[in-house]
Amino acid sequence: MSTARILIIILVMTLCTYLPRALPLALFRKKIKSRYISSLLCYLPYGILAAMVFPSIFSSTASLISSIAGTLVALVLAWHRKSLLVVSVSACAAVFVVERLLDFLHIL
Amino acid sequence: MLSFRKGLKDGVPIALGYISVAFAFGMLAVEKGLPLWSPVLLSVTNFTGTGQFAGIDLIRSGAGLWEVCFTLLIINIRYILLSLSLSQKLSPEITFGQRLLIAFGNTDEVFGISIQKTEPLTMRYMMGIILCSYTGWNVGTVLGVLMSSALPVMVRTALGIALYAMFIAIIVPPARDSKPITKVILLSVLISCLLTFVPVLSKIGGGWRIIICGVISAALAAFLFPLDIKDDAAENKEAAK
Repeated sequence: MSTARILIIILVMTLCTYLPRALPLALFRKKIKSRYISSLLCYLPYGILAAMVFPSIFSSTASLISSIAGTLVALVLAWHRKSLLVVSVSACAAVFVVERLLDFLHIL
Repeated sequence: MLSFRKGLKDGVPIALGYISVAFAFGMLAVEKGLPLWSPVLLSVTNFTGTGQFAGIDLIRSGAGLWEVCFTLLIINIRYILLSLSLSQKLSPEITFGQRLLIAFGNTDEVFGISIQKTEPLTMRYMMGIILCSYTGWNVGTVLGVLMSSALPVMVRTALGIALYAMFIAIIVPPARDSKPITKVILLSVLISCLLTFVPVLSKIGGGWRIIICGVISAALAAFLFPLDIKDDAAENKEAAK
């Protein structure tokens, strides 16, 4: 694979990543007045973030069991309004501990 | 007023998550035989997760430019919705040029954190959060390229859940306060699971899946539980409670 070819692919990728991010921000500069559309835009982030997390989170670690443990820890801490960092680090720690345990029991 | 410092501070958890994800990216790219500079250049210019991982295979297989374009657009189509949503939260004094700069840094995670602010988003704040995350992303990539096998596998697999857990921390507290938001989340998760596990539906790519789930759940909620229009989107969020 030639260097020039890789550079061109990276350029195309850059455009195809930047344009979807930039166009709406460039075009929609005014507040949207429609009650329906502004409600939709208010709910949209939650719908999108939820779909990004589930079910992908269950295949984000080395085993389903450890990912369930991490998810539960994250849900409980988030429910108690812990900070992003605390939730995130605790979920990682839970996954780590459970995976060591599974390792020890020769399940992993 | 949301300051630059506040932005930097909010960017720290993103940067930590990014270091691990970008580390994996840099490592994988080198393992798959890409020249060392290419994953670094990808991270500097693209600043996106899924798209860059897909890019490794596209470059390796010598994909045609249309294939590259089409694959990336499908993966990135969700950004249209994220940016549209973000456009409504930006402070009015932000200029056109500044918006174009913010657009570059509007990743899933930057969006997720900034969108939950109740005040209008200032340029300083956005630059803080973007600079912090961008640094994490590129540092992670360079580290991944340089020391592919230095981080033990057991630590790496545990870090895989970091960004997902962060999203949970973003969506759960508002869901606790607002029944409509809870319903949006549950409906979206339900559709997402259907689109992942039902045999025919699972052919739909990840980029489309997220769009479909987000739009259906939010459109239905907007129809069933419309919010009172006020000038500030933050007040809308209050009204949803």
